[in-house]
Amino acid sequence: MNRIQDYFERISLSKFIIYLVLIAWASTTILPLLWITNNSFRTTADIVNQPFAFPDSFNLVNYREARTRINVLNSYKNSIIMSGTTVVLVLLLGGMAAYVLARFEFKGKAVIDTLLVIGLMIPAFVTVVPVYELLISLDLVNTYLALILPHTAGNLVFATMLLTAYMSSLSKEIEEAALLDGANRWQIFRLVFVPMSRPVFATVGIFTFLWSYNDLFSALIYVPQQRVQPVTVLLSQVSTQYGTDLGLQATAVVVTVIPVLIVYLILQQQIIKGLTQGAVKG
Amino acid sequence: MIFFFLLPALLMIAIFLFYPILRSLYKTLFIAVHNINPRYVGLNNYYKLLSDPVVLIATKNTFILMGAAIVFQVGLGIVLALLVDMIRFGKKFFRTVFFFPIVMSAASLALLFRLIYNYDSGLLNSLLEYFGYQPVLWLDAGKALLMVMIPTIWQYVGFYFVIILTALTKIPDNLYEVADLEGATNFQRIIKITLPLIFEDIKVVLVLVITGVLRVFDFVWLITRGGPFDSSQVLGTYMYSTVFQRRLFGYGSTIAVFIIILGIVITAVTRKILGKRSVMIN
Repeated sequence: MNRIQDYFERISLSKFIIYLVLIAWASTTILPLLWITNNSFRTTADIVNQPFAFPDSFNLVNYREARTRINVLNSYKNSIIMSGTTVVLVLLLGGMAAYVLARFEFKGKAVIDTLLVIGLMIPAFVTVVPVYELLISLDLVNTYLALILPHTAGNLVFATMLLTAYMSSLSKEIEEAALLDGANRWQIFRLVFVPMSRPVFATVGIFTFLWSYNDLFSALIYVPQQRVQPVTVLLSQVSTQYGTDLGLQATAVVVTVIPVLIVYLILQQQIIKGLTQGAVKG
Repeated sequence: MIFFFLLPALLMIAIFLFYPILRSLYKTLFIAVHNINPRYVGLNNYYKLLSDPVVLIATKNTFILMGAAIVFQVGLGIVLALLVDMIRFGKKFFRTVFFFPIVMSAASLALLFRLIYNYDSGLLNSLLEYFGYQPVLWLDAGKALLMVMIPTIWQYVGFYFVIILTALTKIPDNLYEVADLEGATNFQRIIKITLPLIFEDIKVVLVLVITGVLRVFDFVWLITRGGPFDSSQVLGTYMYSTVFQRRLFGYGSTIAVFIIILGIVITAVTRKILGKRSVMIN
């Protein structure tokens, strides 16, 4: 009897410790967000006087400032236009290239395969100066294209490889039937390959969007101007220009993090799958 | 006809990835302040690089970060995954919450951490004062590197956690049943069954962690700008400030080339140690 009791106590004790550790780590991802959300409803003076107090009332002054003084909505618009276009271009160009690489044998294919593998290893640090020169000479700096083009190229290599791998695994029966019916290459691509590859397109799309949306390095260089800057660049400026305005800074974090969190909670499965597969499969 | 499908992708990759690499290599042979009137200097930029104390600090910091990332990102990823695999209730909750920081941009999180480290009313100093201690200057030269390493490492723990957890769920239950019959303890189960079975996945994670370190930029740039006195400088931030603040385009390109060479060496060594099956990401 005693031994059985011991056994259960040990189990519950180890379970208790396990949950303690897991909750401790979860706290590091949750508590800072709660702290900063709380502060976003308070003025800087309140924050300095009483760091851990709750707001007296839902003070929206910081949110008004975020809209008028740092124009968060404009940056959101810029981010969504640039990252959205990048996704569309990556899926279109990558899909077309993958279709050819998955289905045709031709001279120079081995060279292209090798170039793709090399292309995967090129970090933005090395391309940034020449691309910047190029964009200046084309008069594109501080336009949407200045970020869309390099982002598209940066994600295209990886997208093409992932899409090629998937398309090569598709059965050939349907496209052969379509060929017999007189469909041309473009129709086969659009009506057979694109619909059948939808899961990888989703994975690549999610990966590309989040990568592009979260990128700071290229954005700082190609689109720094307020009119066209994405959310990440805006955040980097808030910290230098409004360094003493703790309330406004807290609000800037909240308004840029919460929408992403909501999208994440809705599309959780696909996002986790997209990001981890994206990295692991490469 | 099929080249029409391939051409747009190849053009993008050629213009924005391969041409810039060659152009960067060429630029390392010049002194080009503000990118005007470049003056040919042969290999002088490379000599300068080898005797540049900041390059030494940045390289050293990159390796320190790599060591810490291996220990904490891989270590915590494995531990948390093993623990979540053992529990019955809350699995999904912890998976969701641990993955939070990955979908948020480093720019938002960096601003969050600046507020945590802030001298006046930052989270840490507020806590210290609450318990009756003196506030601490968190971002001084002695601690700055540690303070930027914490969020850099913390952000991606959940990412590797998910990869390991996915691997764990693929282990068939009957292996554990046998172990139970043999009277194995939890610890023996983990050492003898679980870890060997997920070893390939751990290797993948290691490669991702090691190659990821060379791309670190956001947190360092936004929290400390590499300072004070270059104490928290990494190669990415040093390259950025050399080109876009000191406007030394030739020397900045040399640092970029150094980053690529270091990347190739590190990847080769990692492959040698871990075996051939390894991956890269963009």
